Amino acid sequence: MPVVMDADRIARTLTRIAHEIVERNKGVDDLALVGVRTRGVHLARRLARTLKEITGDDVPTGALDITLYRDDLMRHAVGPQPLVRRTEIPFSIDDRKILLVDDVLYTGRTTRAALDALIDFGRPRGIQLIVLVDRGHRELPIKADYVGKNLPTAPDQSVQVCLQETDNRDEVVLQQGGAA
Amino acid sequence: MSAPVITRVEDMPAVTSLRRKDLLGIADLAPDEISLVLETAEAMKEIGSRPIKKVPALRGKTVVNLFFEPSTRTRTSFEIAEKRLSADTLNIAIASSSVVKGETLADTALNLEAMQPDMIVLRHSSSGACHLLARICRSAIINAGDGMHEHPTQALLDAFTIRERKQRLAGLKVAIVGDLLHSRVLRSNIHLLTKMGADVWVCGPPTLFPTDITRFGVRATSRVDEAVADADVIMLLRIQLERMEGAFFPSLREYFNVFGMTEARLRLAKPDVIIMHPGPMNRGVEIASEVADGPFSVILDQVANGVAVRMAVLYLLAGGAEHETAA
Repeated sequence: MPVVMDADRIARTLTRIAHEIVERNKGVDDLALVGVRTRGVHLARRLARTLKEITGDDVPTGALDITLYRDDLMRHAVGPQPLVRRTEIPFSIDDRKILLVDDVLYTGRTTRAALDALIDFGRPRGIQLIVLVDRGHRELPIKADYVGKNLPTAPDQSVQVCLQETDNRDEVVLQQGGAA
Repeated sequence: MSAPVITRVEDMPAVTSLRRKDLLGIADLAPDEISLVLETAEAMKEIGSRPIKKVPALRGKTVVNLFFEPSTRTRTSFEIAEKRLSADTLNIAIASSSVVKGETLADTALNLEAMQPDMIVLRHSSSGACHLLARICRSAIINAGDGMHEHPTQALLDAFTIRERKQRLAGLKVAIVGDLLHSRVLRSNIHLLTKMGADVWVCGPPTLFPTDITRFGVRATSRVDEAVADADVIMLLRIQLERMEGAFFPSLREYFNVFGMTEARLRLAKPDVIIMHPGPMNRGVEIASEVADGPFSVILDQVANGVAVRMAVLYLLAGGAEHETAA
């Protein structure tokens, strides 16, 4: 079970992405972070802390649950429904630049669902995509604006992002077989 | 102005699906299934606060609202819930249906089934009508009130409202006062609240007491002061004038004097008591207007929460049940 990113690497990567955000947007005015549940939310909060250290400004941060927008919902006649959790976007996204944060970019289907969900909250000036790991194998025309690590994978491998907040450790692991 | 910060810690429910095709009553739900509905409803409630109050989850699903009894609140609540989940809805009311021409419930249901709905929400004056439909229909059946039997989504929205105010159900003293005999809301609430560990008291005129009510693990009294003493929650039940064929008490005024919820009686309860009523209210019979409109009343919260709870039930049943294989 090779560890492809350890805690130090993840921390340095997030700091680098935060600097890229400031550079590309010429500051953090009108920016807001929205994390995709569950681990995208933790990454978004970490980025908000780093952006505050860099610029001294608070960036509003929200959490998005995409379950009700999934394209595979209701496609199985029998089986448990995916758990729906709360979406919390306690600010208007109208005319803001939204930084959408997820842990792994794979088929692009989660991102498609997240974009549809976000648009139901208003009309942002733009949406930029941040992912910690891009593992390839896209099934939709979606591309990330900020990538922590490009990780070439085989379709039968799976990428597991573990974060302190949920898993008691920071690391990214590449697993052979198992669910993606 | 500082940026908003999310502080809520997420608790994952123990189960992620209902182990059934239909929602017929609370009696057959397990506590973890009740918790799942309430947790899911929390997520659904947020959708109602968005600029666009609609999610695509039930796109392409057809839901029939089959109402054989008059209902404003429950029917509109289900309809809004269905529309917010993007289901196609069809409302059939008694006056416009073939029932007036003599068709049986089973035949009505089978004819509707032939048009391939995914779910049927049924309100009927006969206890057990939903169970009959559940046996003969492929569609998921949701009980929206059957006779004097159960009204499960009402109990779920009551529990959701209590949890919203008290953060728990276990250990709370809940006093339910009113027409105990004819109330399906009472039966569903007793099942739900006792399963979740609340201390349930029921109170009403002896003529409106169901036999063996204490068999359900509740305490019964005809002294309203005893029922509401130190209560965390007071739930009033409507005096169902339309179901009363005999003389159960001398007059509505006398009922109000003995059992009506007044500000004076309210003072016997806990200082942070909440007042609930499933509606429609008879002001001046089971509840004084000052109490219904007062600061302790959460009656309109119940109505608002009804939509979120019904969205949760529709969503959880729409995916097809994870049937238990054990007999």
